[in-house]
Amino acid sequence: MSDTSDWLQFALFLGVLTLLTKPLGLYLVRVLNPFGRTWLDRAIKPIERLTYRICGIKPETEQTCLAYTISVLAFSLVGMLLTYFILRYQNLLPLNPQGMPGLSPHLAFNTAASFTTNTNWQSYSGESTLSYFSQMVALTIHNFTSAAVGIGVAAALTRGITRKATRNIGNFWVDLVRVTYYVLLPICFVFAIVLVSQGVVQNFRPYATARTLDATIIDAPALDENGRPISDADGRPIMTKKVVDTQIIPQGPAASQIPIKLLGTNGGGFFGANAAHPYENPTPLSNFLQMLAILVIPSALTYYFGREIRNQRHGWALWTAMTLLFAAGVCTAWWAESSGNPIHQSLGVAVSDGNMEGKESRFGIFNSALFATVTTAASCGAVNAMHDSFTPVGGLVPLFNMQTGEVIYGGVGAGLYGILIFALLAVFIAGLMVGRTPEYLGKKISAFDIKMAVLVLMALSAPLLGFTAWACISAWGQAGLNNAGPHGFSEILYAYSSAIGNNGSAFAGLVANPSNGDPHYNVTLGIAMLAGRFLMIVPVLAIAGNFACKRQMPAGSGTFKTEGITFVLLLVGTILLVGALSYLPALAIGPIVEQFLMTNGKLF
Amino acid sequence: MNAKSIPLFDRTILRQAAIDSFRKLNPWLQLKNPVMLVTLIGSFLCFLQAFTSTEPLAYVLQIAIWLLVTVLFANFAEAIAEGRGKAQARALRATRKQMIAHRRGPNGIWETVDASSLAKGDTVIVKAGEMIPADGEVIEGAASVDESAITGESAPVIRETGGDRSAVTGGTSLLSDTLLIRITAGSGEGFLDHMINLVEGAKRQKTPNEIALTILLSALTFIFLIVVLTLAPMGEYSHASFSVATLIALLVCLIPTTIGGLLSAIGIAGMDRLLRRNVLAASGRAVEAAGDIDLLLLDKTGTITMGNRQAAEFIPSPPVSRERLAAAAQLASLADETPEGRSIVVLAKDQFNLRGRELATPHASFVPFTAQTRMSGVDLAEDHARLSRKIRKGAAESIRVWVESQGGAFPPATAKTVADISRQGGTPLVVAEGPEILGVIFLKDVVKGGIKERFSRLRSMGIRTVMITGDNPLTAAAIAAEAGVDDFLAQATPEMKLARIRLEQESGHLVAMTGDGTNDAPALAQADVGVAMNTGTQAAKEAGNMVDLDSNPTKLLEIVEIGKQMLITRGALTTFSIANDVAKYFAIIPAMLIVAFPAIAPLNIMRLGSPQSAILSAVIFNAIIIIGLIPLALKGVSYQPIGATALLRRNLLVYGIGGMLIPFAGIKVIDIAINALNFV
Repeated sequence: MSDTSDWLQFALFLGVLTLLTKPLGLYLVRVLNPFGRTWLDRAIKPIERLTYRICGIKPETEQTCLAYTISVLAFSLVGMLLTYFILRYQNLLPLNPQGMPGLSPHLAFNTAASFTTNTNWQSYSGESTLSYFSQMVALTIHNFTSAAVGIGVAAALTRGITRKATRNIGNFWVDLVRVTYYVLLPICFVFAIVLVSQGVVQNFRPYATARTLDATIIDAPALDENGRPISDADGRPIMTKKVVDTQIIPQGPAASQIPIKLLGTNGGGFFGANAAHPYENPTPLSNFLQMLAILVIPSALTYYFGREIRNQRHGWALWTAMTLLFAAGVCTAWWAESSGNPIHQSLGVAVSDGNMEGKESRFGIFNSALFATVTTAASCGAVNAMHDSFTPVGGLVPLFNMQTGEVIYGGVGAGLYGILIFALLAVFIAGLMVGRTPEYLGKKISAFDIKMAVLVLMALSAPLLGFTAWACISAWGQAGLNNAGPHGFSEILYAYSSAIGNNGSAFAGLVANPSNGDPHYNVTLGIAMLAGRFLMIVPVLAIAGNFACKRQMPAGSGTFKTEGITFVLLLVGTILLVGALSYLPALAIGPIVEQFLMTNGKLF
Repeated sequence: MNAKSIPLFDRTILRQAAIDSFRKLNPWLQLKNPVMLVTLIGSFLCFLQAFTSTEPLAYVLQIAIWLLVTVLFANFAEAIAEGRGKAQARALRATRKQMIAHRRGPNGIWETVDASSLAKGDTVIVKAGEMIPADGEVIEGAASVDESAITGESAPVIRETGGDRSAVTGGTSLLSDTLLIRITAGSGEGFLDHMINLVEGAKRQKTPNEIALTILLSALTFIFLIVVLTLAPMGEYSHASFSVATLIALLVCLIPTTIGGLLSAIGIAGMDRLLRRNVLAASGRAVEAAGDIDLLLLDKTGTITMGNRQAAEFIPSPPVSRERLAAAAQLASLADETPEGRSIVVLAKDQFNLRGRELATPHASFVPFTAQTRMSGVDLAEDHARLSRKIRKGAAESIRVWVESQGGAFPPATAKTVADISRQGGTPLVVAEGPEILGVIFLKDVVKGGIKERFSRLRSMGIRTVMITGDNPLTAAAIAAEAGVDDFLAQATPEMKLARIRLEQESGHLVAMTGDGTNDAPALAQADVGVAMNTGTQAAKEAGNMVDLDSNPTKLLEIVEIGKQMLITRGALTTFSIANDVAKYFAIIPAMLIVAFPAIAPLNIMRLGSPQSAILSAVIFNAIIIIGLIPLALKGVSYQPIGATALLRRNLLVYGIGGMLIPFAGIKVIDIAINALNFV
């Protein structure tokens, strides 16, 4: 962990992220104002106008919080149904050179929910399940729109907080169009070209077959003429030796899919191995840019927020709280992974390497730990290493990042409105301690706001813990596990934390779409993703509407200051405390116990 | 009612509170408080399966008992706060015991009835030596009233029909004359009865912040319920079985019982503190709003300045000597019983040792002040019925007309003096004898001692003060500067007052004001906190949401502090309660998992004796801390006007960090005791 180049890289990463926050934040201010001017107007304005005309959108008409909420929900529902049916019947649709069959109902539900909610949990492996059409139309469209929805909701909340005595919080359709046209598409376009330059593939070819340099002999289950495994009298599969000397190399339009996967904090890989795959993430530079792309919009949104509320210091306070939590996470995971595993050390195996299991040797310990923290701090879920193979504490970091409600930068938009919920709660409890009815940015926090804020907390923790508990004592739940004991438990906990947090990364050990077709994981994870997304958006928009109606009080010396180090530490403390109090017992049964067992020489 | 302070732990109150804490176990009463309801149910479940549990009987029984004790302690806290409020109320009620009233019957005949049977709109007659049976308004007569039972002020006050001094309070007694009173509040409706209801639990309504806080606490309770319920299957997966008693113990330790148990006591204690300062509040909401105030409108007269202007200087008009002016002014004021008049006599005596020697002469006839002439004075007959001297004092304009009508002239030097005095915030009173102008008396508003310090304290609390006065802007500015107010509203009419309040509210301020007159009523009703003076009219009292029995306008400072204290105490104990959970986790989680996973032993950082003693210690700590914090809940966390950030930092340090650390020590000590006594 003392490697200077790693520290330099960490500093460079944070430095570039900080530098990008303000300019992109200012750009977002213009984009999220329906009549804001940008330097892309000349190219995009005509298309924007045309879109409005075709769809009958009136950019000058604003919506109330109820209308905005209904628009979000209706749009998401239609998108989800569209995806569901495309996936179910992809065999009847074009661009399917591998002849992939339609998906089962529960897998299609899970996938549709997953992409609609910006989660991009993948119960399947992309290259072996989906046609090019499904990838490009059914999924990619959500990669853009679900990100735009998140940013729109964050903008609506921001408007609610800044406005006075109104019921309107913006026009959802305008937000959707402008974010997609002015932010996501242009950046993705440029980013895709950069990625191609680094070696990311972009084609429509059928999969290539290559002859490997060495032939490998593996044990494989013997198959009967129908392709089913043959079992012996005890029910054990009969194994045969098999010589492997060829490799199928998937192809496809990857470079056009990857930028939005990161920029929109979607995370669904084009290939099953995600960003660990050399076609998705070939070079150190592509790795650096991809991590940056994950955090840049959530980070810039804090600047946007500060600018809109005319209190830039509060915007930076939110950013600082996020960054503190992020840096602590990176350091913990980095330390845990580079400390490695005492069992290896006692055997004298690769002591200086740390824990390299499940990591790409081209990324190494630091870049794997950093990527894991980045992707779970923001609700991205792209991975460049197998989190399942991290040490217990190293795996605890991504897990806890997701359980804090994805507010450490967080998902695009979702991170901002998530941390604002925490800010509201922190201000409420601590605000009482300055002897005034707590007020956030000059607006009094009413019982209704608290009701909505705690609804979010309850909507996150109840399904997360509930489904985990159900899965870990059910046959269907345990059947999906690769590992026994606390590590198996962590796999389940991770899956539901990932789903609720709309992250989508997996502790690779869990098989959520088993070959026996058991639907439990697919369905419960799908429900968890929908709950994690919409049971958050609806209360958030309700708060936006309620705040928009309020009077704003001018600040005085008796006013609670939402800036400066006291507030930052208060916010960090609230996020940690809420997360710890809700999930400590579960974490104790999973990674914490596992860590103690590992130090005693027991692995799972 | 008189600020008789009750000791924090009065024995009779304690005894009654102990009984009440059992009475309050009634689950219906607990429904209002979900945190305590969960604890009560938990205790019940533990008792139920004490004999069937896999855990030792002694352990389960002790958990069950301590959970019950937790609820009892919370009930005790509420009961003790109520008890203190009721004790204040009893002292008040004693004054209205066995009062009789002479009511005008339907056919105009006076009948003697019990005071408690009076209804709003009844007319009663009260004679000297009798008690006023209920709150009301004087409709006929004038009398001096002893209000010491309410205010503690022994000097009698005048109550008369019409104007701002027509309101009378039940329980006060008449010293002279006879009053005809229309009852404005029937028995049980008066402000006093209202206040008594507020401190008695049954009818107490939750304030907005209390409601929001209860929602937060309920949500936390729900989340912890899920945490504990899901922990059982998770444990089963790990082959670690948890008994029901242990799970319930964990649940109760996690849910915010400390603040849940003390929340209502804090609210009641706040009302109680207000009552002790002789302020009656219409609702808890008003007290809470007082903590939020950031703008204070104050009447100049009686609040910022002494009620009356006082003579400060004699400025003769040359060539008149100063002594002649003083003598004439004194003569003209001898019969003037107004405070201004008296101050002139005193000033003349002090400066020139003049005494009102000629008062005895039978030839002096005094001319009283009238609204038409706007001057007063004296006519002196030197020799039998021959008018020799006419002295007048009054406003410059009236005197000028009077002098000119006798062929005199108003010297420019005097006109300049008059303008100067006005500019300095004083009132010029011109004195003339016949056609000759003698000079000017400088009447000055005297700013009350210590008022400037009070305003600067308000400023440091984040509250701006605006002075309301009928004076012209020049005068107002001078007094505002002397008193140290932030702003003033000169030549104010009641309409302007109301408009100003609306304006400030539009721009987001929360406004408090004090007032006493009927014409203040609309402004009092509009203000977020309206404090009516007890000496004021019934209309003013009904419009405001607080009544100050001492009629001391600067009382608002204390009211604001009480409101703030109440909020701070709630926030501090909530923070404390939640922060406590960290240590409880460290006590209970290792204890629960150690059997299945012995490797987790290092997590038991407190080195607690055994799993059972660890859990029991956490439960006992959880109960005892409620009792330990009752004094804090009743007295309130102290408020210091050091600015919001400094205050927050201090309270976060004490109640946040302290709340995290204290239970580590507490639980450890209890664990040592439990193991020493072999309780489990």
